[in-house]
Formats: sequence, structure tokens, C-alpha cells
Amino acid sequence: MSSPRDVVITGIGLVSSLGEGPDAHWQKLVQPGLQPVLEAARFAPYTVHPLPEIDWNLQIAKRGDQRQMETWQRLGTYAAGLALDDAGIKGNDELCTTMDMVVAAGGGERDEAVDAAILAASESRNDRDVLLNEKLTTELRPTLFLAQLSNLLAGNISIVHKVTGSSRTFMGEEGAGVAAVETAAARIRSGQSTHILVGGAFQTEHSDMLLGYELAGYLHRGPWKPVWQRQDSQGGGVVSGSGAAFLVLEQREHATSRGRKIYAELGPVVSGRARRRQGELDAEIATLLKQVALPNGKLLAVSGASGAHVATTAEKAALDANPAIATRGFSTLTGHMKEAQFPFAVALAALAVDRKAAYPVFDAAAEKPFEGVPATVLATAIGYHQFEGMALVNAA
Amino acid sequence: MANLNDHMGRPIVAVTGIGVVTSLGVGKTDNWAALTSGKSGIHPITRFPVDHLNTRISGMVDFLASSSKGASPLTYELAELAGLEAVAEAGLDSSDFGGPLFLASPPVELDWAERFSLYNSDKDKDHTAAERLLRVARSLKELDIFETTQFGSIADRLADRLGTRGLPITLSTACASGATAIQLGVEAIRRGECDRALSIGADGSATAEALIRFSLLSALSTHNEIPEKASKPFSRDRDGFVLAEGSGALVLESLEAALARGATVLGILGGCGEKADDFHRTRSKPDASPAIAAVRAALADAGLGEDKIDYVNAHGTSTPENDKMEHLALSTVFGERISSMPVSSNKSMIGHTLSAAGAVEAAFSLMTMRESVIPPTINYDNPDPAIVLDVVPNKKRNAEVRTVLSNSFGFGGQNTCLVMAREPV
Repeated sequence: MSSPRDVVITGIGLVSSLGEGPDAHWQKLVQPGLQPVLEAARFAPYTVHPLPEIDWNLQIAKRGDQRQMETWQRLGTYAAGLALDDAGIKGNDELCTTMDMVVAAGGGERDEAVDAAILAASESRNDRDVLLNEKLTTELRPTLFLAQLSNLLAGNISIVHKVTGSSRTFMGEEGAGVAAVETAAARIRSGQSTHILVGGAFQTEHSDMLLGYELAGYLHRGPWKPVWQRQDSQGGGVVSGSGAAFLVLEQREHATSRGRKIYAELGPVVSGRARRRQGELDAEIATLLKQVALPNGKLLAVSGASGAHVATTAEKAALDANPAIATRGFSTLTGHMKEAQFPFAVALAALAVDRKAAYPVFDAAAEKPFEGVPATVLATAIGYHQFEGMALVNAA
Repeated sequence: MANLNDHMGRPIVAVTGIGVVTSLGVGKTDNWAALTSGKSGIHPITRFPVDHLNTRISGMVDFLASSSKGASPLTYELAELAGLEAVAEAGLDSSDFGGPLFLASPPVELDWAERFSLYNSDKDKDHTAAERLLRVARSLKELDIFETTQFGSIADRLADRLGTRGLPITLSTACASGATAIQLGVEAIRRGECDRALSIGADGSATAEALIRFSLLSALSTHNEIPEKASKPFSRDRDGFVLAEGSGALVLESLEAALARGATVLGILGGCGEKADDFHRTRSKPDASPAIAAVRAALADAGLGEDKIDYVNAHGTSTPENDKMEHLALSTVFGERISSMPVSSNKSMIGHTLSAAGAVEAAFSLMTMRESVIPPTINYDNPDPAIVLDVVPNKKRNAEVRTVLSNSFGFGGQNTCLVMAREPV
């Protein structure tokens, strides 16, 4: 039963190694046996899913704006623009100036050349603190700081797309994406907001972004494998990918009154923090599955599983334990996109509901077919290290 | 029977616990004594060498166990101390808080000390710096360094320590972060998701690189000679903010829940307002319209007219641009009355605590009302003739303060304002 205060999805902006936009992703993902786009040489022994060719001018008209950002912020600003376009909001002053925004963000790119020069000099100097001052004061590009600040992805979206109702940035890997979607949905349901831009971006093609995983040994090494099949390989199981996902969430009444196409309704969004060292992850996943209140009958699940051994094993066991669930681990085809992972999962769930068809298996050895029309789809993001979240996405 | 709902029928949000740490000390007692005696916490930098630096002063917190251990450990300790003080004052179990956590904290990065040590522990010169770091990284046996690079880890540890519920939210709205953390708590209580929430702003990220980054943007004061005189909001010769560290924490609770358990109500968090600016990455729109909109949104959310605000706890950074813009915003909203309303800046004494500032200043705003004392704006020796304000110059003032507006403005077009009251209105 629909209600005027339902949260509905009216805009989707996606970028990954597979391409850009909801249509391109749908076309690719429904091809049985689709092969991932991989870059195995540049960061060997790690494989990543690289960004596709992007003409930034299409969403970031001013070169000056493009120059103020590094790739991570450009990518997020670009995908946000795609979502706003898709929802018919871009360029509409009244809708943009009243639109709220929650961005899930990490940090931007450091200057690798400056860092490498400082590290090289550190081999022959003991006064490393003085070395730092000497090099950083002379070699850092002054505005680079702004390209690194977490909240400046949102700041750039305000500047480029004029979204200025409010601007909040949540930090913290997959959990930030979960909390961003959860908070945005709660604001709409309670009447605190009518339309919100929510999403995130991750640019993995930078050594610091790999280091963020590898300081705990989370990255998969050696020949690429699907996300469910990395347990016996070298490394920690995560293959990362560059990508972004933004959604326009809207109060149903607000969307229908302006005659917009609705992709799907966003049902319950739930989140948790298992104390994993105390062995709570299995129970937490089970609790979340209970809290989202799965419908009766067969169910398609779009899983954001990262490949990280412990978390992925736990999630797979929990989903496989329910014979009604057919899971699709999209990281097999896109790589893990950190803060963007959960918004991406929700977007893919909404697309399946909208197109009235399930995705074929992404990994024939580990996933089972789904026949028929998925009226409800489960989206998950079980963090590679911490934090968990799920949502149900229903037919409009 | 007190009215438990506000003018929009939402649960009234009370403050039942306050915690604060700044360069002036740990805890409300020490901070309030220093703040009301006009004492400055700004001092020469000793944490790292200052060779080649144009700014050699700060309001760093140098007296904690983690002060020399890097940004993540210090931010955690600051958040923990403020959180524990607030929860204790609220009379709640400090290991089982029982509500959600909203943490404003700085973006994290691998510290240079770790970067140097990882790099130099691999002697294989055939590899690039990045490859060397990654090779060493994957052989590490402990998670300590890893966790300093995860944006969610400080909140995760705090959630363990304080027994908060659910997925903790870590947020950044630059220099408005602390206010946003409070706003998120207020909104969660108003939605009925919880009876209480813990909002903390903490920032221990005053590293050499952070200082240099702000310096390269010409944001910092270079008045190094007399450190305690460097931060001079609203003065003609102000030349930038002073980088500082600190933390502030509030226990927020529905008035109904607070009264039901017999808690002391320290103040009311009456309204929150925000508005993003699309003008520039670091500069505000010249007409101050986003800041004006944020102030008006906070007043409207609190259900108060302009004439009902007794005191403004200013953002007052001491940068040429902020103070001018903030004056324009306040004079636009409050009109003629602004020249006779007290408007003071805590930053004149504690510097700019960045991600913590909104929470630290909310804590001081609440104490201002409770103590009926307005902390001064110190170093106000040379007023800016273009900014006609009663800044409570140099000496504290005794005054009945029923309501406070606290402003927070940040890079990236962030503007968040809070309205607090002594009693439910």
C-alpha cells in the first residue's frame, strides 16, 4: 500500500568500469557471462576495475571547476549530475535550492610525486620533521587541500549543480553509505525533507586508496576471481573498483505532483555495528535480515560483498541459508567501491524492480538463477572491516 | 506539567550533559574559569619543529597522553574525555549510554611518522615508494596503523567504550561539523528514533601538514610574537585564524525522557538551521545570503523571532573575510538591534578547533546561559570600524541570557546555526 510519505527513487547516477548511467549498466549486467573490465598491470600484484572514459564536460561545464578537483571529486560530481539529470532536477533552481544532500565520502587524492620525493629524501636524513616542513611548504599545490577534504565533494556538487538546501558529509567506508541512505530516507519519511541527493564515489586508482585496504592485508593478489571465490587465493579477498552511485530520493507525493517517473520505492533501511572481534557478525547479519522483514517467496538479493574473507563468508552463509534468496555479488563485475558500495547496491536493486527482471548470475559457480519478476529486491553492504547495512527496494 | 512538545508538535530536546576539552584544559570547570577570566590557550608550537613555517603558534592540546601520538589517537582521546564528562553529568552509565552516537571528526590520513617508518623498513630500492609502502603494509601483523586510516574507526572505538547503540555516524561539514553532529542528534530524537543521543565534536588533527595546508591557503594568523594576542576576532588588524584542537560533547535527550528519569535539564536545543553556499570552495557569497538563510532557518526551527535572541556565540574566526561576512549576516537578520546585542567569539581565547568548534561553542553557549556570564572577545584593542558590534570586549559580562544563537560556517559552503535556550520556550 503506497503512502504519500513513501520514499521513492526518481533519479539514478552511476559510473563504474562498465560505463555510465543506469541504462548502460542494465544493458551490460543482463548479458549472461559478462566479463569484468580489469586492470591487472598498473598496480600489480593487485587488480582493479578502472574508470571508463569519461567526458567530464558533460556534467562539469567549467574547466575552472574541473581543475579545482582531482578525479575522486570529479567522479562524484559527475555521477551526482547524472542523477539530477535523470530526476529532472538539474537546472531547476527551485528544486535545487531546496534540495538536501547527504554524501558518503572518504578522502581525496594526495600528491604522490611530492610524497615520493619526501620519502626518498628521508632515507638519508634524520631530521624528518624538518624535511617535511621544507618540502610541504614549497611543493604542495595550495588548492590541493580542497581536493582532498572529505566534505568538498558535497561542496563541489553545490557549486557545480547548485544543490544548496543542506549539505552533510558522512565518513566511514561502507557504513557511511549505509548511514547516508538510512538518514536521508528517515528525513523524508518524517517530513523533514521532500527530496534528497544521496550517494558517494570512490577512486581506487591511486596507491593511497589501495593502502587504505592493504594496511590490514585486505586486498586480493594474483589472478582475478569472482567475489565469492577468493577464499583460497593470496591476499585478503578485496578487488577494488573506481565508481560512483548517486540517488535522488523523494517523497512519493512530491515526485508524483511533478509527474516524475518512479524507479522504485525504498523500503526499510537498517544498519548495525557488530563487535566483530567478539564474534557478533553472524548474529548481526541475521538480525538485520529479520529487521528488514523479507517478503514471502523467492527474493533477489543484490549484495555489496567486498570479497574480504571473513565478512564475505559470513554474508554468503547467511544468504545461502535461506533457500528463497538468489544472490548477485556485483563486486565481481565492478570491484569494491567503498563509500559508494551501498548506494550502488540500492541503485541496482531499483533497476531490477523497474525493469521487472532479475540479473543473470554473475558467477555461475556460486549463484543460482532467478526466474520471474522481482517485485522486491534486497540490497546489502556488509563492511569489509566494520559496519553493516541492508535495504529492501520495492516496485514503485 | 511542562509542555513536552515544541511549536511544531515535535519532542522538545533537552541537554542533560556537557563535556569539553580545549587548550585551556580538560573539563567544564577549568575551561569556564579560564574563559571567563579572558585567558588565552594559544601558545608556541612545540609538538613539531617550526622551521620554514610562517605560523608558529596554535591552540593545540599538548597535555594529554595521546598529544604526540598522531591525529587519530588524539582525536579519539579528546572525544572520549568530552563524552565521558557529558555522560557522567547526565547521570547515565558511562559504559552503556543506550542511544546513538554522532561524531564530528577530521578526515583521517596515514600519519607521516607511520609513512616514514613503513617506507624505511623496506630496503628494496628497485620499487617505487608506493610499492614499498604496500609491500610492508600487507605484512603488518597488527591493526593499529590500519585503524588510523579508517574513517569509521574512532566512532567504532567510542561506541565500544561508551556503549552507544547502532551504527555510529561519523561526519564532516568542515568547520561546521560540531554543529551538524548536534543537529543530527536533535533530528533523531524529534523523529522518535531514540530518547537520547550523544553528539561529539573532536579534533586532534593539528599536524604539521594540516598547518601547512591552511597556511598555503593564507587562512592562518602569522602574529607569532605574542601568541595569546594572535586571535582577534572583529579587530581591524585580524589576519587569520589560529589552528587549535579540542572537543565538545552534549547528551541530548527528549525533555520527556529527561524529566521522567529525574535528570537535571541544563538547557534546551531549540532549533537547527542550515544552508549550503554554491559560491566558492573557501569564500562565502558576498551578500552573505547563505549564512543569513542558515540563521533564519535556525530561528524558524526554534519558533523564535529575531527579537527573542539575547546573545550570539559567533563563529568569529578572526579571518578578515569570515568576520566581515558574519557581521553582514547578523546585521541583516537582526537589523539595528545588532549593535546593542552581545556577540562574542570564544575563538579569541581557544582558537579555531575546526571539526570540534560547533560542539565546543555549543557547550560554552549553554554554560553562558546557566552561569549568567558572557565570556569576552579578548584582544579587542583595535576595533574594525566597519564592524559595529558589542563584542563583549576583553572582559566577561554578567547578564541574564535566556537564548543563544551559535554560528558555524565552513569551507565547502557549509553553514549551520543552532539556537539554544535556558528553558523550554
